[in-house]
Amino acid sequence: MDEEYDAVVLGTGLKECILSGMLSVSGKKVLHIDRNKYYGGESASITPLQDLFERFKAPPPDETIYCKGRDWNVDLIPKFLMANGSLVKLLIKTGVTRYLEFKSVEGSYVYKSGKIYKVPVDQKEALASDLMGMFEKRRFRNFLVFVQDFDENDPRTWKDIDPKRTTIQELYDKFGLDKNTQDFTGHALALYRDDDYLNTLATETIERIKLYSDSLARYGKSPYLYPLYGLGELPQGFARLSAIYGGTYMLDKPVDEIVLEGNKVMGVRSGSEVVRCKQVYCDPSYVTDRVKKTGQVIRCICLLDHPIPNIKDALSCQIIIPQKQVNRKSDIYVSQVSYTHQVAAKGWFIAMVSTTVETCDPENEIKPGIDLLGRIKQKFVTVSDYYEPINDGTESQIFISSSYDATTHFGTTCDDVLDIFLRGTGEHFDFSKVKLEGGDEEP
Amino acid sequence: MSNRTVSQRPNGQNQGKICQFKLVLLGESAVGKSSLVLRFVKGQFHEFQESTIGAAFLTQTVCLDDTTVKFEIWDTAGQERYHSLAPMYYRGAQAAIVVYDITNQDTFGRAKTWVKELQRQASPNIVIALAGNKTDLANKRSVEYEEASQYAEENALLFMETSAKTAMNVNDIFLAIAKKLPKNDGNVGNGLTSPGSRRLGDADGGSRMSSGCCK
Repeated sequence: MDEEYDAVVLGTGLKECILSGMLSVSGKKVLHIDRNKYYGGESASITPLQDLFERFKAPPPDETIYCKGRDWNVDLIPKFLMANGSLVKLLIKTGVTRYLEFKSVEGSYVYKSGKIYKVPVDQKEALASDLMGMFEKRRFRNFLVFVQDFDENDPRTWKDIDPKRTTIQELYDKFGLDKNTQDFTGHALALYRDDDYLNTLATETIERIKLYSDSLARYGKSPYLYPLYGLGELPQGFARLSAIYGGTYMLDKPVDEIVLEGNKVMGVRSGSEVVRCKQVYCDPSYVTDRVKKTGQVIRCICLLDHPIPNIKDALSCQIIIPQKQVNRKSDIYVSQVSYTHQVAAKGWFIAMVSTTVETCDPENEIKPGIDLLGRIKQKFVTVSDYYEPINDGTESQIFISSSYDATTHFGTTCDDVLDIFLRGTGEHFDFSKVKLEGGDEEP
Repeated sequence: MSNRTVSQRPNGQNQGKICQFKLVLLGESAVGKSSLVLRFVKGQFHEFQESTIGAAFLTQTVCLDDTTVKFEIWDTAGQERYHSLAPMYYRGAQAAIVVYDITNQDTFGRAKTWVKELQRQASPNIVIALAGNKTDLANKRSVEYEEASQYAEENALLFMETSAKTAMNVNDIFLAIAKKLPKNDGNVGNGLTSPGSRRLGDADGGSRMSSGCCK
């Protein structure tokens, strides 16, 4: 460890691994350390199943029921990838997609008055959906047509809205959409977590709805993708990218201190060794004195021996419970993946219910989601604090990622990573530095 | 995934069946893993090979009687150095070459550990070959052929002593693996492990990556 590095990255969560990969590709000398003996930090997929049970201090799983522990890779944080979203673009542009296989998530559903409905996304589905009455369907259809045609650079598509001023609430009102339709549009299509967006510009919501429908158009039944063997494959893929470009990896290595010289980082201490570096990139758990808690997220992992009821036996799905439906301020998300994704033993399903915590009884808050699942064989609940860095890191050269939020996909994850990279290097990441010939190379 | 179909043998004749396999290399740092791959894939050898080869993976094909076997060869990219190899590395691997240096007894001990690790982590049907590399340095030998050979036999491994430098047994060990791999329909085609799954960036939903969107 007695070399000097341009950057030491602490923690192998997805954000840190993407950063590590981008830094190595940019020619930086990177040392990447994790205190755990596995990759992924908070965004790991836990395997074997025994480790998951142990993590939650449950008695070991019975192999006659759960089969081989190694058949399981259980995510700690539920998210899907938007097929046309920024993480997918990052995976393709960096070539990391070559290490991964994906499956389309089979269904996307929304909860209304105690029942779940398929999210209608095109004109045809809108007209067929039971979610709305006859006249409302027409109005919603007109709204969708407007959104699809809308182009910020072409005033002819604006239909007398002002892209710089009109709020989404005004746009809803213009099309005469009722509260229910507004609700699933904002929460199940535009994927807003709460209703703060109603006073933001309509163009932002239009953009999000387009992301949803463009993603849907790419592979089919839902806009979401999920990697085989679990989300923990993503950090491993980016770690491999970093390693291929010269990054050094050390797992199972304690990190005892970030050493400063004045206000600026000069190294990282592990035991009696200090490795010198110009910058540190890390997750909040390595720098508890440099982050502030700004909220809490509750996540409940449920092992099921059947698919969630009322989703036509789909092997994967997402269900969004918009806040208003259950008198909350933020949405509840339910996701399901299964043995077909190599994350569970044959015949098993993993459902996750999550939301931003609003009360002092978070478990009760997710009850509407839990109630949709049917019989649950095993349940593990985590309430995790959400941390943000207290400053932008430019003075200390310590760049800290935020915790993973309750959003259903990786949009905010990528935004954070690209922003940190910009702060740390003063540049936007140059994708042209990734040589994609490896693997495509003709012998 | 590779972006071309391998439908021709080196002599240009069309082949009937093409099978694709993921092959991983394991072994201590500096035993010659990358050098073996480079010798096999490009016919090259560099005395001072850098510790990583800077490629995601390399591909090379081997022709058997009626089948073309295409290897997708993964190198460790140095992640083995501090025992930090990601489990992703073993995923879906149908073959592995565990390499040690015949002049260094420690690397043979580590090779046994890698074999155990594969038996524990990798798919149960994985074909494992043990390669005692650097036979060009036989005058400094510290691992006897018989010792390694016996160990390989006890563990049902293919075994050869190789030299990336002189090319001795390099093609042969890949060929031996190709012969031992099951060439049933499950391995024909796109190299994906699960029906209905895909690699992103595919233009056609198959295994090919469209070059347009990622270059």
